[in-house]
Amino acid sequence: MKQNEKIIEIKNLNKWFGKLQVLKNIDLTVFQGEVVVIIGASGSGKSTLLRCINFLEKPQKGTITIDGDELTVKTKKLHLVRREVGMVFQHFNLFPHMTVMGNVTEGLTQVKKMDKSDATKIGEKMLDKVGMLDKADTYPSMISGGQKQRVAIARALAMNPKIMLFDEPTSALDPELVGDVLLVMKKLAADGMTMIVVTHEMGFAREVADRIIYMDEGKIVEEGTPEDIYNNPQNERTKEFLSRIL
Amino acid sequence: MGVWDFSVIPKYFTSFLPYAWMTVRVTFFGILIGLGLGLLFGMLRISRFKIVQLPAKFYIWLIRGTPLLLQLLFIYNGLVNVVKIDALPSAFIALGIHNGAYIAEIVRGAIQSIDRGQREAGISLGMTQSQVMQRIVLPQAVKRSIPPLSNQFIIALKDSSLASAITVPELLLHARQMASSNFRMMEMLTIAAIYYLIMTTILTVFANLIEKKMRAGDLKRVV
Repeated sequence: MKQNEKIIEIKNLNKWFGKLQVLKNIDLTVFQGEVVVIIGASGSGKSTLLRCINFLEKPQKGTITIDGDELTVKTKKLHLVRREVGMVFQHFNLFPHMTVMGNVTEGLTQVKKMDKSDATKIGEKMLDKVGMLDKADTYPSMISGGQKQRVAIARALAMNPKIMLFDEPTSALDPELVGDVLLVMKKLAADGMTMIVVTHEMGFAREVADRIIYMDEGKIVEEGTPEDIYNNPQNERTKEFLSRIL
Repeated sequence: MGVWDFSVIPKYFTSFLPYAWMTVRVTFFGILIGLGLGLLFGMLRISRFKIVQLPAKFYIWLIRGTPLLLQLLFIYNGLVNVVKIDALPSAFIALGIHNGAYIAEIVRGAIQSIDRGQREAGISLGMTQSQVMQRIVLPQAVKRSIPPLSNQFIIALKDSSLASAITVPELLLHARQMASSNFRMMEMLTIAAIYYLIMTTILTVFANLIEKKMRAGDLKRVV
């Protein structure tokens, strides 16, 4: 499944919010088909790092190379690169004025300029993948949080991205709805999608991650396979964090 | 005189009709110009560029900070040595500029009230800033601006009565002119009030209809 082809290469990434430095000299390489889970306490910079990868946050220093395109703050046409990177948010951010199908096809018709019938075909495929095809004509306000998140995943997948970013995708969900969303994500991982996931779902991390990254105070403190991190954490902060969360 | 005699109301009622029509015209053009200016300055107000924000801020500050009556008199009487504008166009312009300032703030508020996540979701799909604005933000902002806009339209309708101060023959001016010849001020004002109520009621019903229609489908919440 894993090929040794770099798809994301982050070099010396630094980000400040005002005077507060939230990312400090981050270096991270992600390979094709790899599932990387980022864990860490809130405020450790893990969401910010994820958001920097598609430039929702602008880092002040450093470069991010996505599939060979080197990006900096000054890069124009960021929207072209963002097509290659799907993003799933904690709060879903579905478009409330569009149907479920409208949400999924919006990127196809507006960004890829596909005609509506072609877009709908892809939309049906994607909604079927996440088990939401029967809700295609309803509006986001009529479905549950877990269903919203699955639609949001379908919306991102429809663009056929090379990488999927998940920013705490289950944190806003009722406990009984988490399972369905994780199941969809597991299927994606099994299909070979490159994924970077910020989450507190340690079970998911252990089961699906190829690599776990532990962040603290804007730095990558430790990384390794789930076994390494769970059974043999090297860093004191990692040990402390894991003992609190497990 | 002195005794109110409301039985005269039917006799005079229809003579108010053309003046009510004038009120409608003044209101309509005031709102139309106001919408144009409001959209323009509302967008400028939230621009990323300080240089265009500034004139928008100045316009809103100036117009909201001075009375409409003064603005009417300024354009009709005050500017007379610079450019002579007739009463009716003066009323259109003054009401337009006046409403524009308030509508600009409504537009700004509606756009800024849209959750940041909506923009981010659009951007993440690869949309450009202007696509996000047109497809994601504005449709939601328009919906959200309808209640405050309809409120502003009702205020504009009533404010049109101030145009009587610059001799625009609208409802209130007609009521006062009639009263000065028939000495039935109370009754004439009552007729004008009935006309205003009819018009504001129609506006309200219309606004509620639009609101209801736009709400269909997507505001019902399922927890």
